[in-house]
Amino acid sequence: MTRILGVLGLLIVLYALLIESNPAAGSSRNLMYVANIQGRYGVVTLAAALVIIVGGIDLSIGSVVGCSAVMFGVLMEEGVHPFAAVGWTLLFGVQVGLVNGLLITKLRLQPFLVTLCGMFIYRGEARLIGGVVSPAQVIDEHPHFEHSLNTLTYLLIGKNEKGALVFPAMFILLLVLAVVIGFFLHRTAYGRYWYAIGHNELAAKYAGVNVDRQRTIVYVICSMLASLGGILLFLDSSTIQADSAGAGLELYAILGAVLGGCSLRGGEGTAIGMVLGAMVLPVLETLVSFRGLKNNVIPAVIGLTLLVGTIVDELIRRRSRVHR
Amino acid sequence: MPPLRPQVTGASIRLQVTGARKQFPGVLALDGVSITLAVGEVLAVVGENGAGKSTLMKIVAGVYDSDAGEIQLDGQPVRFKTPGEAIRAGVSLIHQELNLAENLTVTDNLFLGRELTTGGGLRILNRREMSARASELLSRVGLPASRAFARVETLPPGEKQLVEVARALGMDVRVLIMDEPTSSLTQKETERLYEVIDALKSTGVSILYISHRLAEVKRVADRVCVLRDGRNAGELAKADITHDNMVRFMVGRDLKQFYPKVHRKGVGGAPVLSARELLFRGGPTTPASFEVRSGEILGMAGLVGAGRTELSEAIFGVRHITGGEILLDGKPLRVRSPRDAIAAGILLVPEDRRLHGLVLPESVGFNLSLPSLDRLASWFGVRVGAERELHRDWIARLRVKTPSSAQPAALLSGGNQQKVVYGKWLARNPKVLILDEPTRGVDVGAKAEIYALIDELAGRGVAVWMITSDMEELLGMADRVVVMHEGHIAGELSGETLTEEAVMQLATGGKRT
Repeated sequence: MTRILGVLGLLIVLYALLIESNPAAGSSRNLMYVANIQGRYGVVTLAAALVIIVGGIDLSIGSVVGCSAVMFGVLMEEGVHPFAAVGWTLLFGVQVGLVNGLLITKLRLQPFLVTLCGMFIYRGEARLIGGVVSPAQVIDEHPHFEHSLNTLTYLLIGKNEKGALVFPAMFILLLVLAVVIGFFLHRTAYGRYWYAIGHNELAAKYAGVNVDRQRTIVYVICSMLASLGGILLFLDSSTIQADSAGAGLELYAILGAVLGGCSLRGGEGTAIGMVLGAMVLPVLETLVSFRGLKNNVIPAVIGLTLLVGTIVDELIRRRSRVHR
Repeated sequence: MPPLRPQVTGASIRLQVTGARKQFPGVLALDGVSITLAVGEVLAVVGENGAGKSTLMKIVAGVYDSDAGEIQLDGQPVRFKTPGEAIRAGVSLIHQELNLAENLTVTDNLFLGRELTTGGGLRILNRREMSARASELLSRVGLPASRAFARVETLPPGEKQLVEVARALGMDVRVLIMDEPTSSLTQKETERLYEVIDALKSTGVSILYISHRLAEVKRVADRVCVLRDGRNAGELAKADITHDNMVRFMVGRDLKQFYPKVHRKGVGGAPVLSARELLFRGGPTTPASFEVRSGEILGMAGLVGAGRTELSEAIFGVRHITGGEILLDGKPLRVRSPRDAIAAGILLVPEDRRLHGLVLPESVGFNLSLPSLDRLASWFGVRVGAERELHRDWIARLRVKTPSSAQPAALLSGGNQQKVVYGKWLARNPKVLILDEPTRGVDVGAKAEIYALIDELAGRGVAVWMITSDMEELLGMADRVVVMHEGHIAGELSGETLTEEAVMQLATGGKRT
């Protein structure tokens, strides 16, 4: 609860700073634009957060996003209908999650290592299947896909056929996904298992929970969300470069999850927290650019802000422990 | 000598294990163990560490699969591959390391793995139904219904244990396995657990009860099964359950001289370590003064939380000293870190050997060398010959049961691990040896060896400061006893005045009689 209030406070401060920095920054257009980016970050933050709750980590998220984006484009270039391509790409995510989950549970490999290897493998796969893809290229080759592609872009991204943002569809998508995940986390038996596994795997095992299966399910959900992130990235971009699309996104996702109250030790985190945590970075980035700072200071600003946040959080926690 | 295997009459047999065998890498944990458990009976399984008790329990509960042997539950042959299968068949294990998800509420834990749900495959939690059932289960173990909504981490250890019992009750348990259930309980909580056990028995639940505390076994068990080295060593019927009988089966010989006083000459010589008006961070506001003399064992008694460990940590340099002084051989000593203490010859064998005492995955030799590396080192690295000699010497002197010095410490039994901790510090020839609960979690046989070792050390002039909560150990070993109560030193006892009553009187805040 205090964690949620903390990140909420941070968001309010960041929004206040953003709005007073520049009239253009506070315009509803700009806020909608920011919200849409928050939505895309949020999808992968949910992915990272679920894995963190069961006491794992997934470093392959960024590469899976990139590989899925490329795969989505290549499938359509090869003549697969856009709607079917969505299905196939999500299936690719399921396959990645299944491999990660089975390696981690059945062979008892460390999640860090398995997904670190995945990070390289899926980046490599992205380069193998295609160098550069783009919606324009797809429409060039298959003009009859234009209508379906535009529909998808409108529904998932909120952009009309001219490429103008009409409504923050990705943010709405994030909210829908968060409600579904929150329902599973907080209202069903599965959520109980995930928290229990993350906090004390033995307790769950001795209670008769099929720990391996639950863990694998979570990795599957995670990678499927990452693939969805890849589809969003494709639809929202003018071009997708196989070597860079989604690179490093896993770390942003993990940061968002931790900001939102997930403990890297596992067993902690809420759906609301994940959404709020995912909202921080895009606001921070926008704020930095509107303050007239150069783009290349963004990583340093993000790092410092998070470090200060972590220190404050730890100090508050220590104090409350002493007074207990 | 009591009869070896009292029989249980046929009709009422709940659980029968025949010829259970389990091989782990390098260790044959069980070598054909058989037990029989009647309906509504409490069978205590005792034995030294490494005798195979926990392995046997885990096989019955489906945590491990046995290599050979048969299990029959109510006459039906069973073989559980997972704890879940065992639970569904009515066999529940309450583990010695508490198996609760502490981040969840009591209700969540009570129903973990068998939630009451609606909505079919969606498995939406039926919270109202679960809360109602939870308060009923909690009342059966004597906990207030309000606990149902508390997060487990906010409960005291005793209540956590009762929550585990309540959870087993909710599973229509036929066989309840309790592995060291009282290890973290207070006297009062233990009594409540006994009452719950009695109530369970009367409803026909059969209980397998593992414990190190023989006094406790005498109180709860209807029958005792003793294991030694992975085999049945003997069984005792209710009337024959005595401390001596159990110990005899456990170690395979009679224990005389359990608390030796061979090397010591009585009350010690000159003070080696003195604390004068000592104050330290996180400590009490009243200063502490006491001394440890050469060639004696100073016992330090008190209830859990009386501040004994904290005091030892201050002198060992873990806690910052804010007032008073420490004298070593009459000269003031500044201790700012454990490094200073060790350099001055003050060594601490900590309470939790797994946490502070040993690097478990590393070898016995690695652990033995660790504090002495400065002496073993040369410009060309560690001197291999000298190190090997040190290993050989201490493994032999302490009679550590290990195939070689390369064996990972984690694979030794608790008693042997404790011996390695001793060896590691003794290799430095201490002046003052601080022992915090020297034999906690150690089996009877290893205890006797550790006592002999402590006696020998004191006889050689080492000032031994022994912090212990084990009254028998305190009265048996200490030459002089300092009792602490709520952070301050409540009094000192020795010779005639050193009795159990006097210690308890001081430890609980009473005046000296």
